[in-house]
Amino acid sequence: MHGRPRKPSKPEDEAASAAKAQKLRALQSQFLHNHQNNIYTKEAVELSAKLLEINPESYTAWNYRKLAVEHYLSLTHSDSNPESLNSIFQEELTVAENALRQNFKSYGAWYHRKWVLSKGHSSVNLELRLLDKFQKADSRNFHAWNYRRFVAPLMNRSEEDELKYTEDMICNNFSNYSAWHNRSVLLSNLLKKKADGFLLKEKVLPEEYEFVHQALFTDPDDQSGWFYHLWLLDQTVKVDSPLLVSSWPAHGYDLMLLGDSCPSSPFTSFHSDSGTFPLVLYFNQAVEGVNSSTVSVDCELNTIKDLIWKPLSANNSQTAQVWVTQLNFIDVEPKAYPVEVSLGHSQGIISSSGFHYNHSRFAFRVCVQPVENGSAKRLGGDVMLWSDEKFHIYDAHSQESSPVISLDQLSIQNNHETTASEWRTEAIAKEIDHFRELLSLINCKIGKLTLARLLMAHDTMICPSNKTHFKEVLELYGDLMKLEPSHVQYYKDEHSLVLLQQVTSSKESLLNHCFHYRNLTSSHIGNPICLRLNNLSLSRVGSFDKLLWVQMLDLSHNELQSIEGLEAMQLLSCLNLSNNVLCSFTALEPLRSLKSLKVLNISHNEIGAHSIDTTRYLCSSPVSHSAGSEWNPGEIINADTDVKSYWEAYFILKDLNLTQLDIVGNAISDEKFKSFLIKILHALKWLDGERLH
Amino acid sequence: MPLLFYHIRPEAIPKTRYLMGELAADKHVKYIISIEKKKDNFESVVMEHLRMNGAYWGLTTLDLLGKLDAMMEVLFVGGFAGNIGHDPHILYTLSAVQVLALFDKLDVLDIDKVSNYISGLQNEDGSFSGDIWGEVDTRFSYIAVCCLSILHRLDKVDVDNAVNYIVSCKNLDGGFGCTPGGESHAGQIFCCVGALAITGALHHVDKDLLGWWLCERQVKSGGLNGRPEKLPDVCYSWWVLSSLIMIDRVHWISKEKLVKYILGCQDLENGGISDRPDDAVDIFHTYFGVAGLSLLEYPGLKAIDPAYALPDDVVKRIFFAHRHCRSDLSLARRRLLLKLAVVFCN
Ligand SMILES: [Zn+2]
Repeated sequence: MHGRPRKPSKPEDEAASAAKAQKLRALQSQFLHNHQNNIYTKEAVELSAKLLEINPESYTAWNYRKLAVEHYLSLTHSDSNPESLNSIFQEELTVAENALRQNFKSYGAWYHRKWVLSKGHSSVNLELRLLDKFQKADSRNFHAWNYRRFVAPLMNRSEEDELKYTEDMICNNFSNYSAWHNRSVLLSNLLKKKADGFLLKEKVLPEEYEFVHQALFTDPDDQSGWFYHLWLLDQTVKVDSPLLVSSWPAHGYDLMLLGDSCPSSPFTSFHSDSGTFPLVLYFNQAVEGVNSSTVSVDCELNTIKDLIWKPLSANNSQTAQVWVTQLNFIDVEPKAYPVEVSLGHSQGIISSSGFHYNHSRFAFRVCVQPVENGSAKRLGGDVMLWSDEKFHIYDAHSQESSPVISLDQLSIQNNHETTASEWRTEAIAKEIDHFRELLSLINCKIGKLTLARLLMAHDTMICPSNKTHFKEVLELYGDLMKLEPSHVQYYKDEHSLVLLQQVTSSKESLLNHCFHYRNLTSSHIGNPICLRLNNLSLSRVGSFDKLLWVQMLDLSHNELQSIEGLEAMQLLSCLNLSNNVLCSFTALEPLRSLKSLKVLNISHNEIGAHSIDTTRYLCSSPVSHSAGSEWNPGEIINADTDVKSYWEAYFILKDLNLTQLDIVGNAISDEKFKSFLIKILHALKWLDGERLH
Repeated sequence: MPLLFYHIRPEAIPKTRYLMGELAADKHVKYIISIEKKKDNFESVVMEHLRMNGAYWGLTTLDLLGKLDAMMEVLFVGGFAGNIGHDPHILYTLSAVQVLALFDKLDVLDIDKVSNYISGLQNEDGSFSGDIWGEVDTRFSYIAVCCLSILHRLDKVDVDNAVNYIVSCKNLDGGFGCTPGGESHAGQIFCCVGALAITGALHHVDKDLLGWWLCERQVKSGGLNGRPEKLPDVCYSWWVLSSLIMIDRVHWISKEKLVKYILGCQDLENGGISDRPDDAVDIFHTYFGVAGLSLLEYPGLKAIDPAYALPDDVVKRIFFAHRHCRSDLSLARRRLLLKLAVVFCN
């Protein structure tokens, strides 16, 4: 019951209500009697109409009327005049209309009308007049709008005419989200079909921007135009075909596959005990169809053939933004091997909206080093300590290759895709001006938020950018946090993502976060770089496309409650997530794909402290049924009680080869849980700083 | 026509005085029970066809309040006779299955019959009709997927196709409508996101876009509306919140303000929760208010699962426990429960 005041009922009201109830009950039981006995006399059918007029939601009565129609149709011979057919259906339309007058949100009544029209015996010409009436009375009635979308094609009304209708509705009152919505549906259809006058986005979109400005600038607090504007922005920025944004190894890399000796650059060296390393492809959007026939990897070694590509997706979907395969260099002659990767030479890599990847290629070299005897033990032998004094800022040599430089080389490769055609940058620049002007007149949330989004879109399109707007955007999100405290966490998440984009945008800024880890007992210069992004108030992580090379990562002392996207960092072997606000093991789902992970610190989080798990459905689990799920139903039902009560931990950790785990300071971490961990983690040597035997 | 008779000792409910800003749990328990007595007013007759949903709303609320055990004396006494005359519809099937799951009595169902009924409603394009008359709506997709999953019979339908249809109802604002092109609406979004969650297909959702749309449903008073520029309403605490939780974006709204709003919609005198402060209460909003508070981790309430809309321990029991062999129910009780089953799979 919506919108009825709470008041003590008066005795006379109760009496009236009881009398009405009695009448309705009598009507209802008489109706049910007719329905059960298939009685379709004139009186019986009229009785159902009466019932529906009082209670349009009585769905069984609508069903009864359909049966009655079918009954009458079976009596009417095909040669009987169309008049009588017509009048049968006309009666139904009238009953539906009367019911809608009573309750214009009645599902049953709207569907009954649809059912009658779909029989094809009634004229649809009156439908628009009826709709006009209902849409005037309540311009947001989504039943009426749905019905309109059903009726318009039946009447052969063009999408252009319907587009005009939304324009009229909006001009009448711009605060009509339903009309804006319908406009976005119609317009995207017309653009997709490349209909007359809708062939070129650069013609259509600027006009739409003008149109939506009227709504946004008249009342910036009214949400009706917000989402339409965001959609236009997306239409402006988006290029149809998927792009490769980065890879590991990146184009031009000289990858040192280490046996033992010191590498020239810690950015490009990789130690592998097994002689294999991952090849990672990072696209700008989720794609499917990455396999050995759409991606060829050419190298003189014939161990690199028929590669198996794995999508890095949480629930076994065959669509993913990041794909990985393993390259095998076991027992090969120590020397340099050039490798060339060529994508999309045969069609098959497709985005979720159906666009094909265009052909591109990149190349790198793998230098296999000889393995010396008596090679020292690497990480895992000693306990790894994350304390500050163990880290020394990395002193880069000037001519050293850095991952950021390689990235630029890759983006040059992609340049023929021309992500930034002129009209797009022009449109964005124009919008930036408009919103700056708006903000000079009025301090409003949507103005700041949109400006922040526009500036980031601008920076992304003009790449490599001479002038970036990170500082201004970060300030805007800072303002928004103060302006609207109830959504502070949304702005904080956005702020975090922009901050990471800033950090990873240049070699200089990245090097401020690069450290050497140095243990007293083993002083390997060959130890990889540790990227330290601790103490940055990050509530979310991103920019993974620029962090594929990272093997040690410190994200401690932030405000992370999610590590979505971290699965792309396939080289990670040491990860510190301590002192964040991770709430459950399912939030660590990305770790499942990190097969190199050895050292993990998740101490001082909130695992086990919450009754509601917000990431349960983002990974495959016993309660969701993703295709090809690793859960076999018997496994969990027949598992012992420990596995049942700790199924999330079991699911995330069981396939990892962790040698060191820190979990102290979480609600879940008691002795019972720790002994469970020791049971399932066979390679574990250190738990919460204590050596296991 | 009464649905439920409760055998409950009145003294079992402690008398407490409540202040604003506290959940009046015992009042709400009393209110739910009292609905039984108000069977003769006009509204209860108008709502008669929703009886199965009403049972689900009332009983789930009691369970979340920790009062279901105290009421295992709930008897289903002939309450469904008057209901049997209504036609079967998928809307009522789900409520019945949920109620049986609540009591751990799914074994009284002829599971093949129920799942055949549901799978028979799937159309070529993957969508589901509500009944034989063919109305199509993503609400029915959710119900079908949720029911079949609870019954461990999801293999009876074409899940990929069901997912494809739901994805075809995705809008440019990240939300979902009833049918392709239909406007985004929080209730509809819950159905689509819930069905995608249960089928392990949430990768089809643009979580940031939808998350922003959903978090913008919170209005100044702290309450949530169901579409832009609409009034807040307690029932959206469920639809919006559960969707935000399933896509891990619930931290984007202010939980404190929402808790305050829901508590402010209580009738502190007579129990029950309404859509907005000082409106008339009903069982529907009482359920959504309490379920919303459970999602917000309000102290003292059992946790509810955002996709199945059932208490967490019930969901765990469904998926982690050995299936029971025919239960220890008395014959009389089983017969009564079977009557309930008849309502929707005749
Ligand atoms: Zn409501």
